[in-house]
Amino acid sequence: MKIIVAIKQVPERDARIRIDSAGKWIALDEIEFRMNESDAYALEEALLLKEAHGGEVVVLSAGPERVGQTIREALAKGADRGIHIASDKLGEYDALGVARLMAAAIADEQADLILTGLQSDDLGLGQTGVILAELLGIPHSSLILKIEKTEAGIRVLRELEDGWFQHIEMTTPALLTIQSGNTRLRYATLMGIKKARSKELRVVEADAISVDAARCVSLDSVALPSRQKTTQMLTGTPAEAAAALVEKLQQEVRVL
Amino acid sequence: MNTVLVFLEAKSGEPTRISLEALAAGAQMAAATGAELAVAMVGAATGAGFEMLGAARQVFAIEDPLLSEYTADGFTASYAQLIEQVKPEFVVLPHTYQVRDFAPRLATRLGRVLISDVTGIAMDAGKVTLTRQLFQGKLNGHYHAVAHAPTLLSVQAGAFRAEAATVTQASVTTFTPNLDAASIRTKPGEPFRAAAQTVDLASAPLLVSVGRGIKDEANLPLVKELAEALGAELAASRPICDAGWLPMERQVGSSGQTVAPKLYLAVGISGAIQHLVGMKGSQCVVAINKDENAPIFEIADYGIVGDLFEVVPALTAAVRKAKG
Repeated sequence: MKIIVAIKQVPERDARIRIDSAGKWIALDEIEFRMNESDAYALEEALLLKEAHGGEVVVLSAGPERVGQTIREALAKGADRGIHIASDKLGEYDALGVARLMAAAIADEQADLILTGLQSDDLGLGQTGVILAELLGIPHSSLILKIEKTEAGIRVLRELEDGWFQHIEMTTPALLTIQSGNTRLRYATLMGIKKARSKELRVVEADAISVDAARCVSLDSVALPSRQKTTQMLTGTPAEAAAALVEKLQQEVRVL
Repeated sequence: MNTVLVFLEAKSGEPTRISLEALAAGAQMAAATGAELAVAMVGAATGAGFEMLGAARQVFAIEDPLLSEYTADGFTASYAQLIEQVKPEFVVLPHTYQVRDFAPRLATRLGRVLISDVTGIAMDAGKVTLTRQLFQGKLNGHYHAVAHAPTLLSVQAGAFRAEAATVTQASVTTFTPNLDAASIRTKPGEPFRAAAQTVDLASAPLLVSVGRGIKDEANLPLVKELAEALGAELAASRPICDAGWLPMERQVGSSGQTVAPKLYLAVGISGAIQHLVGMKGSQCVVAINKDENAPIFEIADYGIVGDLFEVVPALTAAVRKAKG
């Protein structure tokens, strides 16, 4: 089974969010980056499938030079090779534009399965994978927790709302977006890190890919959300804040 | 005339609550732009669910045996065909798991990009600005559509108020899409629940809910003691249940339970939107978090910024003292 895993490098989850001077994105100067969480689960699923059925795992990522580090991390965990769509101005593409770059970069790969995370921790669109499936003309399913290989293709476990689930059978090639949390993520071993250095990492310049880059939607500005409620902040030492809260719970909320 | 076309999701033939919120958003856009409001839902035109949609100028019942169970291929093709016929300026959808599954494909087929999970719509001099959240709710992004119609958007649960619909008899048009069984490439099975629920969080008046901030399973007794002292049920955000530290049935959020207790005490929960949709109807929200910018504080009535490992034991002690 040949599996492509699309991963994104995003600001680390606890990163302090400051808006940049243009008001269009966050300031990136003091930000640490890491692999998007649900993409890490997509990679894990791909590696498990390869271990069970053989084949090849190819990681695909788009972004500036620093993205190479996240691809190397995936290679260290066991992916076989990487494709880096290099661009310093990926923010100028919308989700369709990015998916078009990805479709072009993997056009010759003939993968059986394309996996990606459910959504990114930064933009949170949850769309790029599904768009990619449509561009490639293959079926997809989203919010997937488990993948089993069958005679005819695959059988997947999809999460529905309110604690419900569903199995879906589909043929391959197919694209799946993976929900976080169903397996334990592996760590890269020292041996893996060493091996990763010699694995193939193909860099494709985004500018050299001929796609329709005209945007359909534009992110004009970003802003810190305004509070929907007036939050009363209780300050002081932990004991003081706790005492103040207990008083509120007794007198105002009346639950004590 | 311009049209705002709202696609509703039905459950047992009735439009769901979030669908009616999407309808309210669509009605607001139609009113502001002088457009006509049209509504479409999968189902038989004779279904009772269509009766309450009389506020719309056009109501479409999308009917085909191949749509009896949801598939991305079936819904994408049907919706695309209706959009082709109606030629709306705006297409509005509820941001459900189902819409998330097929709407990006639908938009792509139309050469457009869906603006998903919208929390605010502002209309000014013909320009429509759509707001959605970034970084799990830590930031808002303001978007607009650049290219030709239609603009597709999905609205977040709870972001728009579903007005009590004035019930007039709607005249419902049946729309029969041109579907081919071979074009549906996935075979869905019956939905099922993983296990019988033994905890009913929805009926608990007091909830203490724990998130990533607790760091380790070994620290859980801290919040368990607080819950016991308060006489509250213990709940959690997704990462805690994913890690297996608490069973899935204690999970609050879009993939877990929706709760609206008298008191929701969130400990070490940053407040990602998937969590907030499950608890923002709570009467009183208290948040304890080390990050003063955590989105949970946006909807909290009371907040304590601090180290939960110090604040929670102090609170447990204070509650015990107050209760004597």
